[in-house]
This record gives sequence, structure tokens and C-alpha cells, in this order.
Amino acid sequence: MTKHFTTSERFWADRRRLLGLLAGVVMASSVSLAVAQTGKETITVYTALEKEQLAPYKAAFEKAHPDVEISWLRDSPGVILARLLAEKDNPRADAVWGVPLMHLVSLEKLGMLEPYAPKEYEKLKPRFRDSKNPPSWTGMDTWMSLICFNTVEAKKRNIPAPETWADLAKPIYKGQITMPNPASSHTGYMAINHWKQSMGDKAWSFMDGLHENIALYTHSGSKPCKMAATGEYVIGISTDITSPQLKAKGAPIDIILPKDQTGWDIEATAIIKGTKKLKAAQELADFSVSKEANDQYNKFMAIVAYPGEFPTPKAYPSGAEAAMADQDLTASALDREALTTEWVKRYDGKSEPKSN
Amino acid sequence: MRDTIARDRRRRSPLLSESVLRLILTAVLLLVLVVLVLLPVGAILGKSLEDQNGAFVGLANFRDYLANPSLTRSIGNSLLLGLLTTTITASLAFLYAYALSRSCMPLKPLFRGIGLLPILSPSLLPAIALTYLFGNQGFLKDLLGSGSIYGLSGIVSAQVFYCFPHALMILVTALGLSDARLYEAAETLGASRSRMFRTITLPGARFGLISAVFVVFTIAVTDFGVAKVIGGQFNVLSIDIYKQVIGQQNFRMGAIVGVILLLPAVLSFGVDLYVRRRQTSMLGARAVVLVPRPRRGFDLVMLVVASVIAAFILLLVGTALFASFVSFWPYDLSLSLKNYDFSSYDAAGWSSYANSLKMAALTALIGTVCAFGGAYLVEKGPGPTLPRALYRGLAMLPIAVPGLVLGLGYIFFFNSTANPLNGVYGGLSILVMATVAHYYTVPHLMAVTALKQIDDEIEEAAAALGVAFWRTFARVTLPICTPTVIDIATYFFLNAMTTIGAVVFLYAPATKLASVAVVEMDDTGDTAAAAAMAVMILLTAAAVKVIQMFLTSVIVARTQAWRRRGEGDLIDDVGHASSVA
Repeated sequence: MTKHFTTSERFWADRRRLLGLLAGVVMASSVSLAVAQTGKETITVYTALEKEQLAPYKAAFEKAHPDVEISWLRDSPGVILARLLAEKDNPRADAVWGVPLMHLVSLEKLGMLEPYAPKEYEKLKPRFRDSKNPPSWTGMDTWMSLICFNTVEAKKRNIPAPETWADLAKPIYKGQITMPNPASSHTGYMAINHWKQSMGDKAWSFMDGLHENIALYTHSGSKPCKMAATGEYVIGISTDITSPQLKAKGAPIDIILPKDQTGWDIEATAIIKGTKKLKAAQELADFSVSKEANDQYNKFMAIVAYPGEFPTPKAYPSGAEAAMADQDLTASALDREALTTEWVKRYDGKSEPKSN
Repeated sequence: MRDTIARDRRRRSPLLSESVLRLILTAVLLLVLVVLVLLPVGAILGKSLEDQNGAFVGLANFRDYLANPSLTRSIGNSLLLGLLTTTITASLAFLYAYALSRSCMPLKPLFRGIGLLPILSPSLLPAIALTYLFGNQGFLKDLLGSGSIYGLSGIVSAQVFYCFPHALMILVTALGLSDARLYEAAETLGASRSRMFRTITLPGARFGLISAVFVVFTIAVTDFGVAKVIGGQFNVLSIDIYKQVIGQQNFRMGAIVGVILLLPAVLSFGVDLYVRRRQTSMLGARAVVLVPRPRRGFDLVMLVVASVIAAFILLLVGTALFASFVSFWPYDLSLSLKNYDFSSYDAAGWSSYANSLKMAALTALIGTVCAFGGAYLVEKGPGPTLPRALYRGLAMLPIAVPGLVLGLGYIFFFNSTANPLNGVYGGLSILVMATVAHYYTVPHLMAVTALKQIDDEIEEAAAALGVAFWRTFARVTLPICTPTVIDIATYFFLNAMTTIGAVVFLYAPATKLASVAVVEMDDTGDTAAAAAMAVMILLTAAAVKVIQMFLTSVIVARTQAWRRRGEGDLIDDVGHASSVA
């Protein structure tokens, strides 16, 4: 027989130990991070900006508004939009600063944006203003589709630089082009949306020819330019968001704005409906249309919302403003599902990667 | 007074309070799984029955799905990928585990460490390494001839690398505990070595092997990280989820693909039930632990096999390490440390790293208590069968739920104002909860595999002597299983360091994680910096591993004395299975 039987203390001590362990587990499970108190108002801002842009934008804003602090949540545009939609019934973001306008259109349809007219927003170029008053959003700058072209590999293979989108369907580029899949990437959608809007019904025959030349469809918008930068493939259809930075880092690429114009979207700011920090979010909206803010945008992007002359950023191709096609952003946003579905039906998963 | 009453009651029926306590504990753990797994998964899968506006439409979405050939093609592709990956990984992991537990080859601790390296690396790492090796600019491109690494071959290679440790841990647990008396008897009866392998080794490891096969298969078909980077046009189900959820914010279609991916788990649960009925324990109360004896020829063969596998792992890790030092691959191959200056790539550089450590430590603590405790309650001792079956089913579920789907489920479930727990959303705790849930299955299987090998007669004898079950647990079961418990904690910790899918929707500005930073840097073109951060995660995990190995050897020396045979202080190698993870 064990001692266990004869002493109840032992038995209770055991049970206490067990309960203590359980309590400890429960307590450990409820550990939560306390955010440091600074006495300032902290607003949560969702963004799809490049991470290099976060620190300077935040510093400039906090200099102008010392009473408010920005807490960034940065991710790719798709993740940010998916998160905003999933959190719809109990929003966690106070504002968005630097997300594609086409995405904001769908949030607006769902009634998730708080209309507000920032101070002097009327100054902005018309393209960057919501037609409604008060506006649900204000624009910051444009980002656009373009072509990254690896000069070293092109020379090795004796391939000429393309000048227009139409050139990319020529047989000489067979197996040398990558582009983002419109079903995974907003950059990919921007490209096919422009072809559809600028070529009309001829767009599909162009894309048939292009599809023959595509070596890979990627899932990330910057990846085709990264692949061109390392010479993995000669040509990448991408955007001006990472391309100039890759070139500045020493990649042997030319950044080509096609002569037959190009598709674009706007990076925009908006206040999320239901925010408990409306005043601070409005301060952010005010700042985002100011000249100081636009000077910050201009360090990375060529075309900003504020009127007047702005210099071209480092490694950025000239003539960007002239290259912008006429397009209706709202229609583009509403057309997304149908156009993407059609594209998927025609091209997605039909072919294995072709080798060169 | 109350003491006296309790003592009297206890004398009358010593088992009453025990069984009640057992039931309460089982109910608590069942509740944990319901809240962490079932309800969030239910919240997202419910979307598959609704239309865009949330109205109930039944199976209409499934009809849409099946009518779309480009989506249904993915099912066949996923099956092919799963079968290829599983066949290769399970065979290699079995050989490797066999070499570790049944041979006397030299340098075993080193081989163990190498075998686990892949689990320490974010899934981007093998993909980046394969690109550098076999991409169009790769060093070994000529080996592929006219083939391309972007596609099935790339996904399978990276997945084999990535799944290997998961299978290895289960198989080492399965091969590590066996009764030497069986082999002695067989030898006395003149059985050949191959016959012993067929009639003792394989049946003993059968449960572990089947678990490993299902684990690898489900990881291979649900992980999207590898396929996203190196999959090319080879469309698989996990990529379809990515496209639907991240590309087009179509939660309904994402949920439908998620439902389809649950099928392997349901299947594995059925097989698991079938195998369970036929599984016998290998370690009776009088068992003698098998200690491998040196046999030169066999040991040499095992050494060669293990070296080849280890070389493949080291090649990929080494390439990633190299990638993290190169200035601008492939045009400027000068080496520099600038890729490690994270502050220039990511403002949150080191804070996200600290968050990862905190999150991983909590995940390891809570996950281990729940997974091992739960497995013990449902595998050992008396009790009603229904809660056990429910618990087993729920513990098998998470592996089949892709991280993205689980993460979305967490938003829908925990971010609802109606949920009293919605306070956890936005903190570190929701990341811990999601990670514990996401990685619950393999630790559960490891615990079950270890517990199954301890004969029930130990429990029965203790119960007959009137010893409370928690004393038997603390005095016998836990010490025998110490190595496995440590493995489980390590498994949770390492996966928490590298997890991406489940947490990408759940981190808040203050709780960003290092693994998310890796993806972000790769996304914005800083591949070398991403490789550098991946290497940092790997080095940290390796350091944790070394500390843990040291601690384990102390613990094992104290708790595993029963494994010793004969004279001397020779601790049986199996006791060191702990250093496996």
C-alpha cells in the first residue's frame, strides 16, 4: 500500500499543485501586450506603401502634428484589402494612407469610409479628388504599369528593347517575359485593365500573342522586375513602385514606359468609418493633401497630387505624366471580377512554364 | 472537517474524484480545441455556403467551383504534388530516422541537428536557395538540361526539404522506443535480419509511419509559401486559396477550396481509427530498451545514406547563407555584411524579432501543456469514449487547415463584437492561440506515438495499488516521455518562429513578427536581406537548440536511468532522442 492512502494532506497538496499548474496555464494564456503609453494619441494606419516610405512619411506627419502618433500596419495591397474586408463588422484601422484607389472603391461601396473634406483639398489636381462632396478619399500620387528590361541579358541574346505594349507579342520575346497574374496581384490587374480599356476587343488577340511569350506568371507585382533585375528573365511587366529602387541598387535594367501609354492607379488616403479617433484621423487626412506630404511622396513617385512642378525621382523614367492613359478608375474597379475571371479562363494554369 | 469527510469518501471510493477530475480536465482541453480550432474554422467554412452579401445559398458555390476547369485542375495537381512529396519525404525520413536510432554510425548528434535544420528556416529559404542553384542564372542550371525549376520540380524539391523534419520527428519517436527482448527472442530463434525488420520493426513503427505520411501529405498540399515563390504556373489548391483571398478578396471561393483541402484530414482520421485498433504497445512494464550494437557494414551504409541526405539539406541552407552575403547577385558577387543592416530595410527590424521570440516561447509553453496533457488524457486510463473521439478528431483537424484559412477564421470569429473573447484580437495572445492551433497536430501525434509505446499495464498496476493517476503521470509517464515532451516544446517554438500563413491577418502594428518581415523584404525586392533575416532566425533557433540539448542531457541523465543496461553509465542513445528537436 502506498503512503498516499494514509495522508490526506499529501492528496490535497497534489490537487493544489495541479490546480496551481492549471491556473498558471490559464494566466499565461491571457498574457497580452500592453502598448507603451506616451500621452499622445496613437492611430492605427493600414498601408500598402513600400517599407522604405514608412519612416519618412511618419516623421514628416508627426513633425506637423506632434499630438498624434502613427502606428503602421504595412502589407501587400491584397492582404491589406482582405484584412479590411474581414474586419468590416468591427474595424481595427483608424485610417488608410497609401492604398490603391481601386481597392477603396470597393470599401466605399460597402459604406466603410468616413467622408471628410481635408483642408484645402480643392487645390489637388482633379484626377486626385473624389467627385463627391465631402470626398470619401483623397489621392497622393499615381503608380503605373511599366516594363523592366535587363540590358546585359538582352545583349547576350541580341534582343531589342520593346517600345510599346504591342511589341511584347512579337515572337522574338518568346519565353523571355514574366508578368504578375491578375488573379493574385493588383499590378497584374492594372496591366490587363489598361490593355482592355485602350485596345478594346483587340486586347484579347494581343494577350493571346503575349501569352505565347510569357515564361512565368508570378503572384507578386514586384517579382517580374526583380527577375529582370537578376537576369532570370529579360523582361518583366511590373510597376514604378519597386523598379526605380532596384535600378538604384545597381540592377542592370532599363525602365521603359511604353509609347502606347500605360495603365495606372492612385495611392490614396481615407478615414475608416467607426474610428474612435476621428479627430486624429482627420489631422492625418489634412496632412496627406499638404505640400509637405507631397514633397515626401515625390521622393519616390514622379506624379503627385499637388499642383506645380516636381522633380523626377532617382532612377525614374521621364515623361511619366504624358504616358498615363485615359481611364475610368471606378469602372476599372467595378470591372475587376468579370475581367479577371475571363483572363483566368483563357490563360491561367493552361500551360506549364516554358523553358527558353 | 472537510478533510475528514473527503478522506472518508476517498476511502470508500478511491476512483470517484479521480474520474471526475479526469473528466473535467478532458472537458477543459476539449473546450480549448473547440475555441481555438473548431469555431474559427467553422466561421470561415460557413462563408462557403453564403453568397457575396451573406445570404445562405447552400451548395451553389460548390457548383460554380466545379464548373470552372482551371480551378478543378488544381485538385489533380495537388494530389500529384502531395503523392510525390510524401513518397520521397517519408522514405528519406524513415531511412534517416533508422540510421539515427538503430545504427552505431558516428556523429549522430550532428546528423540530428542537420536533419532538423529545415524546420528552423522560413519556407522562403529553400525557394530562394533553389532559385540561386537552378534558376536561369543558377550555379547548377546545366544539371536541369532544358527543364525549369519553376513548377512541379521546384515545389517538390522545396517541399521535401521543408517537410523532412516533421516526418523525421514522428519517425524517431516511433523507432526510438522498442523492446529489445523481441529482437533477442527472434535472434535466438534464428530469424534473419530482414525478417526481423518485417515482423518487428515495421509493425512497431507502423503507426508512426502512417502518421508521418499523412502529416507530410497535408503539409505539402496546404502550404502556399513555397508554391507562391517557385511554383510557376503549376496551379495547386493552396495557391488557389491565395489567389481567391489575397488576390481577389473572394472569401467564399477561398473557403470552398479550404473545404476541399479538409478531405485528407478526414481520410487520415479514418485511417487513424483503423490503425489504432491494431496498434500494440512496444514497451511493456518489463521491457528492455533496445541499444544498437556496432555492425561495421550496416553502420557504414547508414552513414553514407544519412550523409547524402544531410548534404542536400546543407546545400540549400549553405546557398541561402551565401545569398545573404552577396552584394547584388548575380552581377556583383562581392561579399558584404550590408544585407544584415536590417534597419535600412525595415524600420521594425529588431523589434519584430523580439516579438517572435516572445510569441514562440508562449506558444511552446501553452502548446506543450495542452498537446501532451490532452494526448495523455485520451490515450491512457479509463473514461468515456465520446469526448476522446471528439478530441482526437479536433487534434487532427488543424493540419488540414491552410494557415490563410485559419487566420481568416480567427478574424471572423474573434473580431466579432458578439464574442466575449474579442479583447485578444490585436494582441500577442491571438498570435499565440492561432499558432498553437495551427501546429497542434504533429505534437499531438508525437505524444500519442510515445504514449502508445508504454504498456497500459503500468497504469493498471498503479491504479490497482490506489495511486492517483496524476502521480503515475508525474512519476512514471512524464519521466519516460521527457524526451518527447522536450521535442514537442521545440517543435512549437521553431514553427512559431517561422510561421506566416496564419498570422499574416492577425498581427497588429505592435506585434509584427520576424517571419512576416522576411516575406515583406522578399516582396519588395530585398531578397538578400530576406535571406539574411531567414539566416538570423535559423541561427537563433540553432542556438536555442544547443542550449536545449545541453539541458536535455542533464534531464535525461536524471530521469532516464531506467534505460541503462548492464554496468557503466552508458546512457542509451534513445534517451537522447530528445536532442532530435
